[in-house]
Amino acid sequence: MDLRLDSISHRYGDVEVLRALDLEIPTGKIVCIIGPSGCGKSTLLRLIGGLEQPSEGDVLQIGEPPPESLNPLTYVFQDFALLPWRSVEGNISLVLEDHNIRGKHADAIILDVLARTKLTDFRKALPKQLSGGMKQRVAISRALAVKPAVMLMDEPLSALDSQTRELLMDDLIDLWTREPFTSVYVTHNLSEAVRLGHSIVVLSRRPGRIREIVDIPIPLAEREMGNIGLERIQKYLWDLMRVEAEAADQELLNV
Amino acid sequence: MSRDQPANQQSKLQKKVVFRGGGFSPQSKPWIGAIVFILLIGLMELGTRMGFINNLTLPRPSDVFKTFVELWSTGLLWKHLLPSLSRLAIGAALGASFGIVVGVMIGLFSYVRAGLVPIVAAIFPIPKIALLPLFVIWFGIDEPSKYALIAFGTFTPTVVATYGAVDNVDRSLIRMGQSFSLSWYSIVTKIVLPGAMPGILSGLRVSSAIAIILLVAAEMLGAEYGIGAYILEAGSLYDLERLFVGVSILSIIGIVLSATIGFFEKRLLDWRL
Repeated sequence: MDLRLDSISHRYGDVEVLRALDLEIPTGKIVCIIGPSGCGKSTLLRLIGGLEQPSEGDVLQIGEPPPESLNPLTYVFQDFALLPWRSVEGNISLVLEDHNIRGKHADAIILDVLARTKLTDFRKALPKQLSGGMKQRVAISRALAVKPAVMLMDEPLSALDSQTRELLMDDLIDLWTREPFTSVYVTHNLSEAVRLGHSIVVLSRRPGRIREIVDIPIPLAEREMGNIGLERIQKYLWDLMRVEAEAADQELLNV
Repeated sequence: MSRDQPANQQSKLQKKVVFRGGGFSPQSKPWIGAIVFILLIGLMELGTRMGFINNLTLPRPSDVFKTFVELWSTGLLWKHLLPSLSRLAIGAALGASFGIVVGVMIGLFSYVRAGLVPIVAAIFPIPKIALLPLFVIWFGIDEPSKYALIAFGTFTPTVVATYGAVDNVDRSLIRMGQSFSLSWYSIVTKIVLPGAMPGILSGLRVSSAIAIILLVAAEMLGAEYGIGAYILEAGSLYDLERLFVGVSILSIIGIVLSATIGFFEKRLLDWRL
């Protein structure tokens, strides 16, 4: 299942957030969206997943999601959004219960996604006992449990320290290499974008428009730290964003 | 290391950094409360015995205790306590459960909020005791009017605490539920209600104290037996020993209720940080 954004515009009252965005999200690819703070990256992601309605334009699904997909458009949030009163296992079964998946079938799914995110030993733990990185792993395994057609990731690593971020980036690359998934990945961190993105969409400052789409042909598994090609692309992206980021920083916020 | 350092650095004055952190974090000190109680009662006993507290102004604690033992041994204690406890239980259960239901509805539906919040604000400050005659006309002089008074009094604080608690549920968790296409019912029962539980329970603490206050008010009306009736009778006779026995029983009921809620908080809310 592909996604297409068809001239999306969005405004909050008088504030124009996004203007006439067209974008294709092809199956099996990770599309990173970067842009200065306040440019409407996260709003765009909420529009794509149907948590908000665009003022103009449509988000179109092209083709049917795979039949086994329980929740085709699935989010991973920056603040993890785990229920603190449920254990790791309970947080995953939460999203299965509504599909009438319980008992042994649910256990099988839970064990599988926990194994894929290296959480098998933490099944019974409560969120308060876990570190930030672990919590985000739980959120990722919860997303995997519903077999999404597209994973919508809203700055998933921004709340983590830089070492945990590196580890989780490696894990995401592993996950994708074993079983490619489609993802829209919003971040303000350029090194995340060049490590994980098959293509990188650079947004301008508010109102957000697409400034440029940069494709990175290097396979994800070969993008180790210190890769010259990546460094060059990251430098190029920063040059693109620098002026916008500076201007955005000077603006008075009245959202 | 130190040998390599220049001499003038060695000769500089060394001082330990003064500790200025700590504090502002409540810790559990279970025995202090009991010790304060015992000290106060001990002071009252000593004062009334030594004479620096006049026996007319304050009863002697040991006399109060004797009166209590008398009440116990004659079997009158249970005769007073049981009707009171059942009034308290039925009235508070009615008021709190209606309050929780209405509070959750206000929290969930904008129309219910717009319609009911002003009404709740209007009836909250009415001293419910003032409505006693109204309840008597509506429900008769028997038990139902007493239940109604206690229920009405516990209803409003429970409503306010409950809808505040529902309002305070983390919206990002609700968005998460929607993003996984959970049904409305699942979002309410699995996200909103558990998330509102801490606020609802602390509201119940306030409501239960108000219920005890209103118990005495309810028993002002033609109750033959009941702790409230016992206190009022003692009060009108200026029998301070019996008055204090009655008041102490109310305090003990309050402590037991609060401890019960504390127990449930520990059991239900162990997920909190």
